[in-house]
Amino acid sequence: MEYFLQLFFGGLTRGSIYALIALGYTMVYGIIQLINFAHGEIYMIGAFVALIVAGVCTIYGLSGVSILILAGVIAIIYSCAYGYTLEKVAYRPLRGAPRLSPLISAIGMSIFLQNYVLLAQTPDFLPFPRLIPDFDFMEPVAHIIGSPELVILITTVVTMILLTLLIKKTRVGKAMRATQQDMNMARLVGVNVDRIISLTFIIGSALAAIGGVLVASYIGQVNFYIGFLAGVKAFTAAVLGGIGSIPGAVLGGLVLGWAESFAAGYISSDYEDVFTFGLLVLILILRPAGILGKSHKQKV
Amino acid sequence: MAENKHKLLEVKGLTMDFGGLRAVDSVTLEVYEGDIAALIGPNGAGKTTFFNCITGIYNPSKGDILLHPKGLKTRRLNGLKPNKVTEMGLARTFQNIRLFPDMTVLENVMIGRHCRTNSGIFKAIIRSKSVRDEEQQIVESSYHLLEKVGLADFANEFSKNLPYGAQRRLEIARAMATDPFLLLLDEPAAGMNPQETSDLEQLICKISAEEQIAILLIEHDMKLVMNISDPIYVMEYGKKIAEGSPEEIKDNPKVVEAYLGEETE
Repeated sequence: MEYFLQLFFGGLTRGSIYALIALGYTMVYGIIQLINFAHGEIYMIGAFVALIVAGVCTIYGLSGVSILILAGVIAIIYSCAYGYTLEKVAYRPLRGAPRLSPLISAIGMSIFLQNYVLLAQTPDFLPFPRLIPDFDFMEPVAHIIGSPELVILITTVVTMILLTLLIKKTRVGKAMRATQQDMNMARLVGVNVDRIISLTFIIGSALAAIGGVLVASYIGQVNFYIGFLAGVKAFTAAVLGGIGSIPGAVLGGLVLGWAESFAAGYISSDYEDVFTFGLLVLILILRPAGILGKSHKQKV
Repeated sequence: MAENKHKLLEVKGLTMDFGGLRAVDSVTLEVYEGDIAALIGPNGAGKTTFFNCITGIYNPSKGDILLHPKGLKTRRLNGLKPNKVTEMGLARTFQNIRLFPDMTVLENVMIGRHCRTNSGIFKAIIRSKSVRDEEQQIVESSYHLLEKVGLADFANEFSKNLPYGAQRRLEIARAMATDPFLLLLDEPAAGMNPQETSDLEQLICKISAEEQIAILLIEHDMKLVMNISDPIYVMEYGKKIAEGSPEEIKDNPKVVEAYLGEETE
């Protein structure tokens, strides 16, 4: 039972991170039907910025939690700037082009950003400081769920609640939903669609940066390549849940996290990724639109 | 036409080419304040293309689209983005219904009002006091609009669940929410039964009279057109072939020919 709970919470933590990154994929897809393959790189850049800030802060002798918050905020700002620029440079000029063109542009940006970090930083794995302290009150349950897991869970849940409020309650959220349902009509009722698209990229990038900082301080190392696997997994989560659907992304992330965790724990950790992508294939065969996705017929 | 009325929309020699196809061929048209103008013509005459040019969906190949808002300087609409055109005070509805299906009736209307408010994105995210007050105002004025079109009872329904005629009225309410002085209606009565059409007729007259919104409509229902519109413009094969009062149009041989074909000996 204890082992089960351990795997359960491990999967939940993992899954909530996947969900956080998957939200960026799914929101962008919902609005402009583009798989933003460079999204994983935004996550990686978030982690790198946090590492640099953490390094500087440690020199000035700040404590763990304050470093985490400061590094997180700066990483978010940086990632947002990257996400905004990415859309402006690589996707906006291709608006109206066939769908394949921005997709290729996205893959290009992904490779470009990886190599940029590779050259500007280092090809090696860098150690990332453990910024999340061990809380005393977690001591009795530490063998099931540790402090880092708790912090990750709380952060992701709070982030998701804020995102839901933003989309459901504010006028910006309303404009985003309208743009998603009918972009041209949204324009005609006066929504500045370009600005809404920029904002979607900014929000998605902020979520990716939060994910990046949390994962980096949880796993303890970063590298220019971490965005690739995280991106592919989060993309899988988004497709699992039904791409374009926000609750779907969260559900897909959790399903993926648990599948990985239980498969690794009960069967073999060597085949972790096999289970992940096997699950993807299975769901796509049984429910091509994803768990919560609506299959809609292409209108002619 | 009365000379003292203020001219709101002036379209001069509008031409729209799609490759080798000339969908709209130097059409000239004017809408004055208080008008309920109609644009009629057989299917494929280029009426909707004409609307699309005016509202910024297409960038016309030739010609001028001039908007003369009362008390403001004249604006040329050619090549403006649709959201800018809407900001200038020109709203439209579509031939096929294009509501936001997964939003409530109220939200559909509210979204139209947002272009008339000045809070930026970040203020809206933080939700300061001024934003909340403004939001409250938007809710109230949106309710008011829904009452006007008779949909206040459905405010919290999803718009996709409304009956057809009600969806059409909601489209008009949403267009009015952007606070236009000129409203373009693209076949508002398409697919309606006679009762719904007559309700619509009253609604259009009410909007024109009470809100001081000029109206330009495309319609195939000749009874509706003849009852409420003056002047009427007729298009065929991209060209304007006639304009005038309903009586003049009815007796115009070119119009009869366009609709019924040439008389044979």
